[in-house]
Amino acid sequence: MPILSLMILLPVVAALVVATLPGGDDERAGRARVVALATTLVEFVAGIWLWTQFDQTTPAFQFTEDLPLFAPFVSWSLGIDGIALMLIELSVFLMPLCILASWTSVKKRVPEYMAAFLLMEALMVGTFAARDMFLFYLFFEGGLIPMFLIIGIWGGARRIYASYKFFLYTLLGSVLMLVAMLWMVNFAGSADIGVLSKTDFPKEAQFWLFLAFFASFAVKMPMWPVHTWLPDAHVEAPTAGSVILAGVLLKLGGYGFIRFSLPMFPDASAQLIWLVFGLSMVAVVYTSLVALVQQDMKKLIAYSSVAHMAFVTGGLFALNTQGLEGAMVMMLSHGLVSGALFLCVGVIYDRLHTREISRYGGLADTMPQYALALLFFTMASVGLPATSGFVAEFLVLLGLYQTSTWATFVLTTGIILGAGYMLWLYARVAYGKAAGDDTRAMPDLNAREIAILAPIILATLWMGVYPKSFQQPMKPAIAAVVARLEGRELATVPTDMTLSPVLPALESPAKAAESHH
Amino acid sequence: MIQLLVFLPLLTALVAGLGGRAIGHTAAKAITTGGLFVSAALAWTIFIGFWLNDSAGYTVPVLDWIESGNLSVHWALKVDTLTAVMLVVVTSVSALVHLYSWGYMEEDPSQSRFFAYLSLFTFAMLMLVTADNLVQMFFGWEGVGLASYLLIGFWYHKPSANAAAIKAFVVNRVGDFGFSLGIFGTFLVFGTVSLDAILAAVPQHSGQTFSFLGSQVDVMTCLCLLLFVGACGKSAQLGLHTWLPDAMEGPTPVSALIHAATMVTAGVFMVCRLSPMFEASPTAQAVVCVVGACTALFAATVGMVQYDIKRVIAYSTCSQLGYMFFAAGSGAYGAAMFHLFTHAFFKALLFLGAGSVIHAMHHEQDMRFYGGLRRHIPITFWMMTIGTLALTGFFFTAGYYSKDAILEAAFASGTSHGTFAFFVGAIVAALTSFYSWRLVFLTFFGQPRWAGSEHIQHAAHGDHGHDDHHAHDHDAQDDGTAGYHPHESPLSMLIPLFVLGTGALLAGLVWHEKFVGAEEGAGFWRGSLAFREHLMHAMHEVPAWVVWTPSVAFFLGLGLAWHVYLGKPSIPKWWQNEVPGLYQFLLRKWYFDELYDALFVKPALWLGRLFWTRGDQQTIDRFGPNGAADVVVVGAGLARRFQSGYVYSYALVMLVGLAAAAAWMMR
Repeated sequence: MPILSLMILLPVVAALVVATLPGGDDERAGRARVVALATTLVEFVAGIWLWTQFDQTTPAFQFTEDLPLFAPFVSWSLGIDGIALMLIELSVFLMPLCILASWTSVKKRVPEYMAAFLLMEALMVGTFAARDMFLFYLFFEGGLIPMFLIIGIWGGARRIYASYKFFLYTLLGSVLMLVAMLWMVNFAGSADIGVLSKTDFPKEAQFWLFLAFFASFAVKMPMWPVHTWLPDAHVEAPTAGSVILAGVLLKLGGYGFIRFSLPMFPDASAQLIWLVFGLSMVAVVYTSLVALVQQDMKKLIAYSSVAHMAFVTGGLFALNTQGLEGAMVMMLSHGLVSGALFLCVGVIYDRLHTREISRYGGLADTMPQYALALLFFTMASVGLPATSGFVAEFLVLLGLYQTSTWATFVLTTGIILGAGYMLWLYARVAYGKAAGDDTRAMPDLNAREIAILAPIILATLWMGVYPKSFQQPMKPAIAAVVARLEGRELATVPTDMTLSPVLPALESPAKAAESHH
Repeated sequence: MIQLLVFLPLLTALVAGLGGRAIGHTAAKAITTGGLFVSAALAWTIFIGFWLNDSAGYTVPVLDWIESGNLSVHWALKVDTLTAVMLVVVTSVSALVHLYSWGYMEEDPSQSRFFAYLSLFTFAMLMLVTADNLVQMFFGWEGVGLASYLLIGFWYHKPSANAAAIKAFVVNRVGDFGFSLGIFGTFLVFGTVSLDAILAAVPQHSGQTFSFLGSQVDVMTCLCLLLFVGACGKSAQLGLHTWLPDAMEGPTPVSALIHAATMVTAGVFMVCRLSPMFEASPTAQAVVCVVGACTALFAATVGMVQYDIKRVIAYSTCSQLGYMFFAAGSGAYGAAMFHLFTHAFFKALLFLGAGSVIHAMHHEQDMRFYGGLRRHIPITFWMMTIGTLALTGFFFTAGYYSKDAILEAAFASGTSHGTFAFFVGAIVAALTSFYSWRLVFLTFFGQPRWAGSEHIQHAAHGDHGHDDHHAHDHDAQDDGTAGYHPHESPLSMLIPLFVLGTGALLAGLVWHEKFVGAEEGAGFWRGSLAFREHLMHAMHEVPAWVVWTPSVAFFLGLGLAWHVYLGKPSIPKWWQNEVPGLYQFLLRKWYFDELYDALFVKPALWLGRLFWTRGDQQTIDRFGPNGAADVVVVGAGLARRFQSGYVYSYALVMLVGLAAAAAWMMR
C-alpha cells in the first residue's frame, strides 16, 4: 500500500472537498470543520500506523515508492527514515490540534481556511517523505504558500507586511538553493537523496554548495541575523498558523541541515562550524535579551524560538551523536512546547483579543487550570528535567561540549536568560492581580481547550521521562549521518574555540611530568 | 521499600494538587501528610540499618532515561550511608512541616495546593539524594528549584513574593549553569555520568589537564569548581546568596523545610557525595573552604542588624551553610554532614518557632514590634530557646558537637585556608551567638512594643473575638500591647516543635561518634564519602585553647547581646547614629542587590532594548527586507501595488518561480 502517497493525497482531496462544499455560509463552515478534523485524525492514525510498522534498526528509507514522472530529473520518489518519520509524527500530531484550536476563533472564510491547513499538511508530509531532491524542493517551498495565505488572509492588522517579509527572506534563500541543486544533479547524475548522500563532492564545490543551502536553511531555521521575519509572522498569524509555523515549518531548516548539508557536504560542514557556532552563540544571547523586553506575548515566544533553534544548529554542528540526537529531540520538543505556548496565548487571546502582557495578570485566580497548563509549558520551555526540553538541551550541550567549550559556555547562558524571560512572562500573566475587570471575567479552559492541551502535556512528559520511544527510530539514521562526518577535518580557529577535539588533549600525569623535564 | 519511600510523596502531591478541588482540603492534607509519615518511617528503618547494623549500600534501577552514543543515563535509586542520613533529614523535617502546616495554613484558601507543593518538593529532594548519577541529581536539583519557586511565590498576589520567586529561580540557574558545564566536562573526561564509576576512576584522571575555554587546565580543579558553582547557587554561598533572604517571602513552614533544613543543604550534600573528586584537587578544596568561611562571616555580620525575624534566621542559615562548606573544604566531610544533620533539627525548630511567633502576632515579622512574648507564648519561647542554644553551640546540644568538630577539623587540617577558616569560624561563632540571642531578647524579653505594628492594630481592632477567651488578665491599653493578646499555637504546630527540640538537644550526643568519630566514623560512612581518619584523630590532638574557643565565643556573644539589648538598649541606637556608614553597609547586605542590579539586571534590559530597536528594527530590517522592498518597489513603480497588494500576488510569484525552475531543469 503506498501509504506515504495516500498520506499526501488524502489532505489534498479533502482540501478540494472542503473548498467546494455546497450550502450556505454557516453550513459550509460547520462541514468544513468536521471534514478537516476527520481528515487530520485519519492522518494521525496513519502516522501512528507508520510508527508501529517502522523498522527501527536500519537507516534505510522505508515505505519507499518510485514513480518516474519526469525521469531522470524529477520523480515521485518517496520514503522515510527515522528522522523523517518523527517529523511526520510531529506534523500529524499537531494538525488535529490546530483544527480544534481554530474551531471557533476563525469566523471568516472557514472552508478556505481549513483547505489551506489541509494543503499545508499534505505539503509538510511531502517535504519529509520526499526522496527526490527536486520533489523535496517543490514541497519545501510550496509549503510556504498556504502559510502566506493563512497569515495574509486570516492574520492581524499588519498581515500584509508580515507575509511579504516572510516571502522576501525565503525567496532569496531558495533561489540560491535551487541553483546549487541543479549543479549537484548535473554532477552526480541523480536527484535521489540516498545517492546524493553517498556522493563525495569536491571540497571546493562543497564550500559553495554548503553556503547556497545554508542561505535557505538559515532563513527557515531562522538563524540570526535573518530571523526578523519570524516575530512579525507569528504576531500576525492566527493561533493555529503560529502553531504550525513554530511547530513544523521552523523544523524545515534543521531537517534540511541534517538531510542535505551534513551528509552531502561533510567537509564543508566541518570547516564551517565556526560560522554556525558564531551565529548560534550570537542568536542565543541576542534573542534571549530581546525576548526579555517584549511587551507582546507572541513576540516574546517568537524570540525564544529563535534562541531554541540556535540550540538546534549548535547541536547539529557538534557533528557527533549526542549533538545530532539532541538537535532532533530539540526540534520535536520545541515543536510541542512552543506550539503549546502559542496555543496558550490563543486561549486568552480568544477571550480578551489582545496579546499585550500588561493586560493580563492574576490568571492563577480566575483560570487555575489554564495557569497550571501555562506553568507546565513554561517549565518545559526553560528545560526543566522530566520535560522534553531538558533532554534536548542536555544532549545538545553535552555533544557540543566535545566540539567546542566556548560555544557550549555561551549557549548554556541561554538556560539562565530563558528562565528570566519565561518566568517573568508567567508572573505577569498568571500571578499578581488582574489588570482589569474584563481580565477577571475570563472563564477557565473549556473542554475543547483541555482536549487540545492535555495531549501535548502528556507527550512532553513522555519525551522527558522516557525519550527512548522517540529517539530509538532516529538512531540508525543519525548514526549514518555521523558516520559520513567522521574523520572530517575540523576548522581550527585562531581564538581557539577548542575546536580541536578536546579529549586527545587530556594528558596523563606521567606524560605531563615527562614534558616538564 | 526505597521506591515507595521516594515515589509516595510524588503520588500524594499529584492527588492533592490535581484532585484537591475534588477531594477537599482535609483529604488533600491528610493524604500528603500521611504519605510523608510513611516515607519518614521507611527512611528511619533504612537509616537504622546503616547506623546499628552493617547494611550494605545498593542501587535500585527504575527506568532507562537518556541514551545517546556512549552516554547512558538511568533513573535509579542509590542508597548508602550518606543517602540514608539525607533521607532521614528530608523526610523527618518534611513530615513535621506537613503536620505544622495544618495549623499554620489553616485559614489559607489554597491549602491543598500548598500541601501538594510541599510533597512535590519532598519527592524532588528525595530524587536528588538518591541519585546514582549526576543527571538524576540535576533532575532533583531543578525539581527542588521548581518547588522552591512555587512555594516562595505561593502568595502570588504580592509583587514582592513574585519577584523573590523569580529571583530564586534565576540565581539558582546561574549555579546550574556551572553545574551543567561540570556535568558535560565530567562526561567528557570520565565517559560516564554514573557516580560510582566516576568516583572509582578519579585516581586515574587526577593530575590530567584538558582544554577549557581555550586554556589548558587541571581536570579535577576545573570540574570541581564548575560543580561547586552549582553548589553555591543552591546553598546560597557568597555571590549567589542573594535569593535566600528574599525567599523568606514564602510561608514560614516553607522556610523551615526548604530554606533551612533540606534544599539549601543540597550543595553540601553534592560536595560530600563527590568528595573523592574534591580530594583530588587541593585548589578546589581551598576555594570551597575560603568561600564557605567568607559566606559564614558575611551572613553573620548582616544577620546582626536585620529586624525581620525570618531574615535573621535566613542569614543565620546562610552563615551555617558556610560552616558546612569550610568543613568540607578542610577535608572533614563527615563534620560537614554532621552539621548539616544537626542544623536541620535546630534550624527547622527556629523557623517553625518563628512561625509560631508570627502566627501569634498576626503576621507581624518585625522584631521591633515584639517584646515580652515569653509570658504569652511560653512553649514557643522555650522551644526557640532550645533551638538557639543548639545553634549557638551551648554545651552538649547538637550544635555544640557539630560546630566544635568543624572548627577543630579546620584547625587540625594544617592548611593555610583551614587555619583561616578556623579563625573566621571562631569570630562567626561569637557573632552567631550575638545575633541569635539578640533575636530571643528582642522577641521574648523586655516590654511589649506591639502597639506600633499595623498588623497588630489591625488584629486588635478587627473582629478577632475568638482571641478574647484566651486572654490573660493584664490588659491595659498603655502597656505597649495595644490591647492585643497573643496566644499559643495549636497542638499541630507545637508537636513538631517538641520533636525538633528533642533532636536539637540530643542529636549531637547520640550520633557524634558515628559521624565524626575517629574510631567509628569510617565504619559508619563505609566509603560513601571521603573520610579522613587521620584528620579525625588530629582533631583530638588540637590545643586546649582551640577546644575552648567556641564556648568562649558562645558566652561572649550571649553576654554582649544581654548587655546591649537588655542592659543598655541605647547602645544599638548609638551605633546607628555614630557609625551610620557601617550600619547601612550591614543593613543593606553589603550592597549586593544594588550591585547586581547595576551590573546585570539593568544592562540586560538595556541591551535587550538596544538589540531590539537598534539591531532588529533599525539595522537588520532597514537594510534587509525593508530596504529591499524600497529598491524593488521604487524601481518597478509598483509601490502602491506592493503596499496594499493582495496576498495572492506573492503566492503567484512563488509559483511562477517554481514553474520557471522546473522548466529550466527539464530543458
